[in-house]
Amino acid sequence: MRKEGKEPLIHISKRAALPWYVAWGIRAAAIVLALVVSALICVIMTGQNPLQIYGAMFTGSFGTVRKTWVTFQDVAMLLCVSLAVTPAFRMRFWNIGGEGQTMMGCLASAACMILLRDVLPNWAVIVCMVVSSIAAGAIWAVIPAIFKAKWNTNETLFTLMMNYVATQLVAFFCVVWESPKGSGKIGIINGNTHVGWLPEIFGQKYLLNIVIVLILCVLLYIYLTYSKHGYEISVVGESERTARYVGIKVSRVIIRTMLLSGALCGIAGFLLTGGTSHTMTTTLTDSRGFTAVMVSWLAKFNPVWMILTSLLLVFLDRGASDISSKFGLNQSFSDIITGVILFFIIGCEFFITYRINFRKAAGKEAETHV
Amino acid sequence: MSDTTPAVSMRNITKRFGPVVANDHVNLELYHGEILALLGENGSGKTTLMNMLSGIYFPDEGEIFVNGRPVTIASPRDSFRLGIGMIHQHFKLVDVLTAAENIALGTEGRLDLKATARKIREICDLYGFEVDPKQKIYDMSVSQKQTVEIIKVLYRGAEILILDEPTAVLTPQEADKLFNVLRNMRDAGKAILIITHKMHEVEELSDRVAVLRKGRYIGQMKTAETSAQEMTNMMVGHPVELNIERPDPVHPRPRVQVRDLTVRNEEGIVKLDHVSFTANAGEILGIAGIAGSGQKELLEAIAGLQPCESGSIAYLEDDGKEEELIGKDPLKIQDMGVSLSFVPEDRLGMGLVGNMDLTRNMMLRSFRRGKSLFLDRVFPKKVAENVVHDLEVSTPSLSTPVRRLSGGNVQKVLVGREITSAPTVLLTAYAVRGLDINSSYTIYDLVNRQKEAGVAVIYVGEDLDVLLALSDRILVLCGGKVSGIVPGRGADKREIGLMMTRTGGADNA
Repeated sequence: MRKEGKEPLIHISKRAALPWYVAWGIRAAAIVLALVVSALICVIMTGQNPLQIYGAMFTGSFGTVRKTWVTFQDVAMLLCVSLAVTPAFRMRFWNIGGEGQTMMGCLASAACMILLRDVLPNWAVIVCMVVSSIAAGAIWAVIPAIFKAKWNTNETLFTLMMNYVATQLVAFFCVVWESPKGSGKIGIINGNTHVGWLPEIFGQKYLLNIVIVLILCVLLYIYLTYSKHGYEISVVGESERTARYVGIKVSRVIIRTMLLSGALCGIAGFLLTGGTSHTMTTTLTDSRGFTAVMVSWLAKFNPVWMILTSLLLVFLDRGASDISSKFGLNQSFSDIITGVILFFIIGCEFFITYRINFRKAAGKEAETHV
Repeated sequence: MSDTTPAVSMRNITKRFGPVVANDHVNLELYHGEILALLGENGSGKTTLMNMLSGIYFPDEGEIFVNGRPVTIASPRDSFRLGIGMIHQHFKLVDVLTAAENIALGTEGRLDLKATARKIREICDLYGFEVDPKQKIYDMSVSQKQTVEIIKVLYRGAEILILDEPTAVLTPQEADKLFNVLRNMRDAGKAILIITHKMHEVEELSDRVAVLRKGRYIGQMKTAETSAQEMTNMMVGHPVELNIERPDPVHPRPRVQVRDLTVRNEEGIVKLDHVSFTANAGEILGIAGIAGSGQKELLEAIAGLQPCESGSIAYLEDDGKEEELIGKDPLKIQDMGVSLSFVPEDRLGMGLVGNMDLTRNMMLRSFRRGKSLFLDRVFPKKVAENVVHDLEVSTPSLSTPVRRLSGGNVQKVLVGREITSAPTVLLTAYAVRGLDINSSYTIYDLVNRQKEAGVAVIYVGEDLDVLLALSDRILVLCGGKVSGIVPGRGADKREIGLMMTRTGGADNA
């Protein structure tokens, strides 16, 4: 008998939770596939040996001791901003103003370094830098939060706009504090006296930054997972109605959480200016406020996983820019590779959540990647 | 006889969701000219099975025959083409369009509203519907909307109709009307399958029943040859006591006194209009009314979640001291012993957090107690263990997110938590909505235990039969007004049904 209707070629169904090793197997397979596809693109478009290129990517990040330190320092800074936006994200408050909040932290730190260097001893300057950066970041974050809590404005647009205001403020003060005169730039602040510079520990310039960020990471994990505040954040994020119903003051939680988010961004700004670069420019934050969104999402808002995802993104970025200079390739080529790899990593989550059944292949484990 | 070939025959249908087998080699036959009631507890796979007929899911194994021919239903469109029409619990209508426009939506060919209206009238005359093709959907009552949904599938030539809990939102009078229409359609040779949890409807309406339990097909029988008791036993798998207890009130004394309460919703529409009543401790006050008559606002007002325009809500202590609840913080009201277990349309929308596990949901009420910055996880875990044990919640573990539990178990978790706080007033709405018999009786039992413990229970219900059997007094709401308070013992269902619609409340759905 002829069957009426056509059986669909594929249909998609939801999986039960996979055991962790299968899920990670799928993720690993995605990365391998991403590398294969990038290699193909590489051969077709440039004729270079892909293995050489991958090798160069790796040495670009970890080739020398110095490069390795720089890589880890970059990871730490990206991680810090990512940690900062995470509490807000857990509350489903889309804070994409990490960039501006961090920049305000930089601005506050630089202001202390410049204005207080002749007034206060070094340790007092550093204390002022910490306090004022935290305050500056927090203020920048709490303005949209108050508007959201009181008048339910759109936090995504508001925080985004605040970025531009921050950039313009920094640009303005770059001119006010320019050095040397007429350059329109600040240059290295206190290059001779090192006032307001974070101390080196164990002779490593970046180690203190890295240690501070790791401590913040652990603290934030504990805060979000085990504290009452963290619990309130999750409840507000999951269901505002439920939160109201059990008597959680939603607007208070929004404001408090954004204060925290901004404060952490402020710390990132302080570390950037006081620990890493000892300067202030409009590009000092290097779009970390936006990359942090991806870091946080990829790690499913888990601070500990974010160590891995920020490492991945920094590795791709540094490696990719290294190959473009080494092989004389256009900068866009590294963007292509980064894009391909991220596409596979994000896309593979689909195969972890769903399974694809092919016609006639009933019962068989049918798996493909995008 | 023409009904030797089944209109629909499902053979060995299996559908899995990961490790969960929703349907396990299910066989089902539906004939032209009959009404088949599909019975089963929550999570027994009724809706999954029907969704495979309507093209929403695709079976993993098994075959479907329509009028004796094997078919593949890969999409709702295929299902349509085969003459299968499903009326879902939630209507899928465009509010700003008229009935005729909604019915014409998605049909092929040129849009000719006059012809559509003519055809709609023909269908109405044939089966005894009452609908005005030119009426806008937003002007319609729930039962009228449902009528439009049914006409929509008939208009498209459906010969096989599936109705998923069609009476959940209807008054008894409206349900009777629907049943008459369904009988007419059966007599015209249509095949009708109805999913319902209400036993008296099964007995009144269906010709045959088929029973599913835990995804398996248990059996089928003629309705005339069986009884509510036998069907229930088949569904549950063991004998069940079907009578709702009604212990006598335990020295009732006034606990909550509502006077002249008026509430407007956010759009400024009056939802409660000078409502006055007293809820007694040790008594169950049932609240009857068509959905949307102000039940939700009433409970929320008492719990401090709803701003009130005028009137007062007094909480009376045993020594006669009075305290005003309006204007108090919900947390304060909670601490006074007023507990709200409100079950809204979607159970997880309010009261529970779907993505959190049982333990973390148990904390929702209590986590702020104590000075520590950190969460106490020991106590909530114990509460969760107790609730799971006492209420027989079936869950893989305490760390399962509650959204993965079936509806009945979610409800048990919610009610269980509210009762744990030893309330003096228990407000509950639609506590058994969508629950199967077994779970419903567990909930009735819980509510009765609370009453015996001297709690003032305010029970908002949908099923009048249950309200009549459970409540000591019944308050009937109609369009935000109290249309009467009657004693539960000896109350007449028809009379309450009339009170529910007396002042035209049917339009407030």
